[in-house]
Amino acid sequence: MDFTTFLSYCLAGISIGGIYALIAIGYTMVYGILRLINFAHGDIFMMAAYFMIFAMVDFMIPWYLSIAVVVLSTVVLGVVIEKVAYKPLRSAPRMSIMISAIGVSYFLQNVATYLFSALPKSYPSIPLLNKKIVLGDVSTSLVTFITPIITVLAVILLMMLIKHTKVGMAMRAVSKDFETAQLMGIKINNIISVTFIIGCSLAAVGSILYFTPRPSVFPLAGSLPGLKCFIAAVFGGIGSIPGAVVGGFIIGLSETFIKAAGYSEFSDVFTFVLLVAVLMFRPTGLFGEKIAEKV
Amino acid sequence: MTKKSKNICSVIAALVLVVLLICSYEFTSSSSMLRSVLQLGAIYALAAASMNLLNGVTGLFSLGQAGFMAVGAYTFAIFTIPVEKKAGVYYLYGVADGLSDIALPAFFGLLIAGLMAALLAAIIGAPVLRLKSDYFAIATLGFAEIVRILVASSPFNRITNGSLGLKAIPSFSNLFGVIPAYFVPFIVVAVCISLMVLLIKSSYGRAFKAIREDEIAAEAMGINLAKHKRMSFIISSFFAGISGALLAQFLGAVQSTTFPLSMTYNILLIVVIGGMGSITGSILSAFLVTAAKEWWLRFLDVEQFIGDFQVPFLRTGFRMVVFSVILMVVVLFWRRGIMGNKEFSWDSVYHFFTKKKKKAALLAEDAEGGAVNE
Repeated sequence: MDFTTFLSYCLAGISIGGIYALIAIGYTMVYGILRLINFAHGDIFMMAAYFMIFAMVDFMIPWYLSIAVVVLSTVVLGVVIEKVAYKPLRSAPRMSIMISAIGVSYFLQNVATYLFSALPKSYPSIPLLNKKIVLGDVSTSLVTFITPIITVLAVILLMMLIKHTKVGMAMRAVSKDFETAQLMGIKINNIISVTFIIGCSLAAVGSILYFTPRPSVFPLAGSLPGLKCFIAAVFGGIGSIPGAVVGGFIIGLSETFIKAAGYSEFSDVFTFVLLVAVLMFRPTGLFGEKIAEKV
Repeated sequence: MTKKSKNICSVIAALVLVVLLICSYEFTSSSSMLRSVLQLGAIYALAAASMNLLNGVTGLFSLGQAGFMAVGAYTFAIFTIPVEKKAGVYYLYGVADGLSDIALPAFFGLLIAGLMAALLAAIIGAPVLRLKSDYFAIATLGFAEIVRILVASSPFNRITNGSLGLKAIPSFSNLFGVIPAYFVPFIVVAVCISLMVLLIKSSYGRAFKAIREDEIAAEAMGINLAKHKRMSFIISSFFAGISGALLAQFLGAVQSTTFPLSMTYNILLIVVIGGMGSITGSILSAFLVTAAKEWWLRFLDVEQFIGDFQVPFLRTGFRMVVFSVILMVVVLFWRRGIMGNKEFSWDSVYHFFTKKKKKAALLAEDAEGGAVNE
């Protein structure tokens, strides 16, 4: 493998890693606050792709407005899911909430199959993002190049929000201790809604970046990327945003290189093996905090 | 109710079920929907009961059910496809050397299928069972996906036939030459579930339940957590493997896409509707859900007209939407399911009726008392 191919694989890996990071943030934030694996997150990501098709193909909205429409409708979807499926189960055992999340995921997949049929639908192309650019010897499309930049920007913004604003402080408090935070006058439900808003808007952006270079969308398109992003979140230490980003990049890069080495059949197997290995040797992930179990 | 009358009730109920089953054989044609729904329901009952043993009784939330079923189904298929049909099945890649003249009878096939799934559970159980609840769920889910990817991958082409899948799996066959093939899955399922019920009623079963209620308290009571969790995981996988093998027999062909993640979700739906921790609940809901899904609700997938009026929404895929809505409603508003975590018992039936009678008697007395006072 010469240096140019190596570079182009690096770029592709970083790009897909950036998308994984964006989605993994959604998982990690929800888990940090609700202690819930939001199984539906991957399917929200898939629904965002269908919203884009709706906006650009069916309603002929120009692409820059479509992006806003997609982000907005994905956020609405996420918040509605939270209110309908997770909020009534706040005091229920954790298994019930997890089953509810699985139910939502199942529901979204079936609704997508019903509304849009199981056949793949072609994803609208955004001319600006698909433009070819040349960096030294490597030629690639603009979207591959800007994805990591968008990811890093989004993460910096998010970190600032969490570190320096009142909402961010409330979010940190809720993730540390749900009940005490409530006693301190934090409106839990609003904070959870904010978490879902952030997670879903990042998933929508991730969806646009993910599907733009790919030809088509189908109802199960979100389930495997969703799982991988969850693994990225676990890898980095669930509940930690920098961890999710690092995990996303590592999984994206390793997946790309395994594919490049000719083992594309096994790239997903590798991801799952990585998950089990991480959980065995460092269950809290790279950046996770150790939580002592209370008796 | 005395023990004797309970036993009599049980025997009568079992006889009635057997007679109904025989009726379903005698009075239907071999291609009837009722027959295949009942058989499929029985297979799903076994799958759901084995999932319930792990999720409901031991409280380990596993999402690897489809993976273990796939292992069972593939093992069964590999060992039982008749020798003369092997060349046709493996026409593209050829069959692996050791397997070319192996064709076991169905009984041994089932046993090996279960053992293979159990062996895999034993291997992955050691690392995976150390994980806490959600992580355990994700790791088992990951395992199921790995199985699905591996059976369709090229290094196993000569064993699992890659993405083509395996065909010509022998269907159910007559037992001892007397019992018709139709009853075989019911007998296998009944035996397996009885074994599971015996296990749950034994001291091991009580230990499983203690682990479900409170791990730390159970450990303090001297229950070996690691041992019992491993045991529950392996036994549950064993029966999951058998149910997978039965499914392979029922379908006659398996592919990696036969066991997607949504199959685990389907079985989870059955377990949740039946009630987490209740084997009888799982059996009831397995038949109910299978019948509703494969038979009664079929009309939802077809466009219907009442006169000139087209019923809205009915179109391919609507059935599954209705199904997922049912799952959500059960999870949100009816978390106990049909049976809660209780098993069926004659006492509860007795109480159910006598309570109503007593209530009615009390009401009647009240009404009379009121009349006298006036």
